[in-house]
Amino acid sequence: MSSADIYRELILDYYRSPRNFGKLEKFDIDAHDTNPLCGDDIGMQIRVGVGRSIEEIKFSGKGCAISQASASMLTELAKGKPLEWVKQLSKEDIFKMLGDPDLGPSRVKCALLGMKVLKMGVYGYLGAHYEDPDDTP
Amino acid sequence: MLKTEAIDVQKLRADFPILKRKVHGKRLVYLDSAATAQKPQAVIDALVDYYSRYNSNVHRSVHTLGEEATEAYEEARAKAARFVGSSPKGLVFVRGTTEATNLVKFAWGEKNVKKGDVLVTTLMEHHSNIVPWQLLAKEKGATLKFAGLLPDGTIDMADFEKLLKESPRLVAFAHCSNVLGTINDVHAMCAKARASGATTLVDGAQSVPHMPVDVGAIGADFYAYSGHKMLGPTGIGALVAKKELLEDMDPFQGGGEMIREVFLDHATWNDVPYKFEAGTVNIADAIGLGAAIDYLNAIGMEKVREHEVRLLKYALETLSKAKGFHSYGPSDPQKRGGVVSFNLGDVHPHDLATILDEEGIAIRSGHHCAQPLMRWLNVAATSRASFHVYNSYDDVDALKAGLDKAGSIFRL
Repeated sequence: MSSADIYRELILDYYRSPRNFGKLEKFDIDAHDTNPLCGDDIGMQIRVGVGRSIEEIKFSGKGCAISQASASMLTELAKGKPLEWVKQLSKEDIFKMLGDPDLGPSRVKCALLGMKVLKMGVYGYLGAHYEDPDDTP
Repeated sequence: MLKTEAIDVQKLRADFPILKRKVHGKRLVYLDSAATAQKPQAVIDALVDYYSRYNSNVHRSVHTLGEEATEAYEEARAKAARFVGSSPKGLVFVRGTTEATNLVKFAWGEKNVKKGDVLVTTLMEHHSNIVPWQLLAKEKGATLKFAGLLPDGTIDMADFEKLLKESPRLVAFAHCSNVLGTINDVHAMCAKARASGATTLVDGAQSVPHMPVDVGAIGADFYAYSGHKMLGPTGIGALVAKKELLEDMDPFQGGGEMIREVFLDHATWNDVPYKFEAGTVNIADAIGLGAAIDYLNAIGMEKVREHEVRLLKYALETLSKAKGFHSYGPSDPQKRGGVVSFNLGDVHPHDLATILDEEGIAIRSGHHCAQPLMRWLNVAATSRASFHVYNSYDDVDALKAGLDKAGSIFRL
């Protein structure tokens, strides 16, 4: 796959016009993380609704097209879902959401930063601890 | 503009085996030498020769191999010292510039910096010339202050001189910025800092690989550089200082080699520079550095510099024609090293690096270990193309084509 395929219309659209970008006035979950390698920075805020579902979700941050688009698309996917759904979320789901781009190991971290922050926040709210299986020493 | 070369790059490229490889089916266009430079066959051969013919510990063994290894290691030290106008007794082998600044922090700083002291550095520094001083200041109750920059990416000398009025204990700055390329007037800065009573440290990581450097003429108390950015192996570098200054310092690490005599309750120290080289030293890579210095000397550092100035001039002219191109640092190629930091429209440097990689072009993208400078530039990251002797006009042309492609993908 060429870079022209990675940076398809979809990714560029979400990069330039991110959906659910910003902060919530009232929220129950507030998580944040950075990728020290490249400085990508994602924060997520969630308001938990009835049946422990994601009633409202927004993300903020800065970084490359892949990290920002991935986080933005993930907020759309997550909205209305039960918190338990987040625990089932896998990196394959994220790749599928992005259209299975051919990313090298360093860029995979960009694609997965949004999911990591979402999981950190939700796991914390549910009283668990999220350990990123892809964290390398 | 006229594309004449100060050195015969096409001929010289044959000396670098890595340049034969293809990346994504394309010729490797390596524009990341400010991160680490490629190695000529002569350097690789020197490592293989040491390990396959006379591998042995130095300064201990009296057998033939041990004597040959010791001789080669000390010859490398002499070369590394001569290369920057210093003497072997004033050259400590370290892992690189980062270890050099940390050595000064431990061996000089712990002894000489006191509560209430002021330490001065600048906003353009690499983290290796900031974080050790932050740690030192915190430990000692001293204050670390930063000289500001002018809009053209040079040090604000009025601000620098204002800070010197506070009689700092240490003044530390880069010879050449790894992001902006700015070549600082280190002669004047050292003279002014010394007149204020300060000890000076100059980070030469981006200068020694690219231009003639004479530490004595510069007048720096400490001068540090890394081997791997000057065609040498990783894991070897140098801290250069006057012998008397080194003698007055405490040891860095304790262990073998650095001692004269060890008793149960105390020890005495070996002569300098050995006092600072505890344990088995990095023999092979020191010898490899010596080979890199031979290689650079055979070209001539004046020519290396002239080559990069011409390339930089061409790059700034050519790349500025790419849509959305915006570069940082002084505009006069004579006042900067061979690095071009830039951004392309709203394309994030990591996305740009991915697109360029597909064309076989290697650039650096990110904060370049200079986050305070990134904040000053008001950017999260930049892209950076940097040159060495094996780069030529065709590499700049390839980069320009890559930028055009990225611009088209991102619809700039």
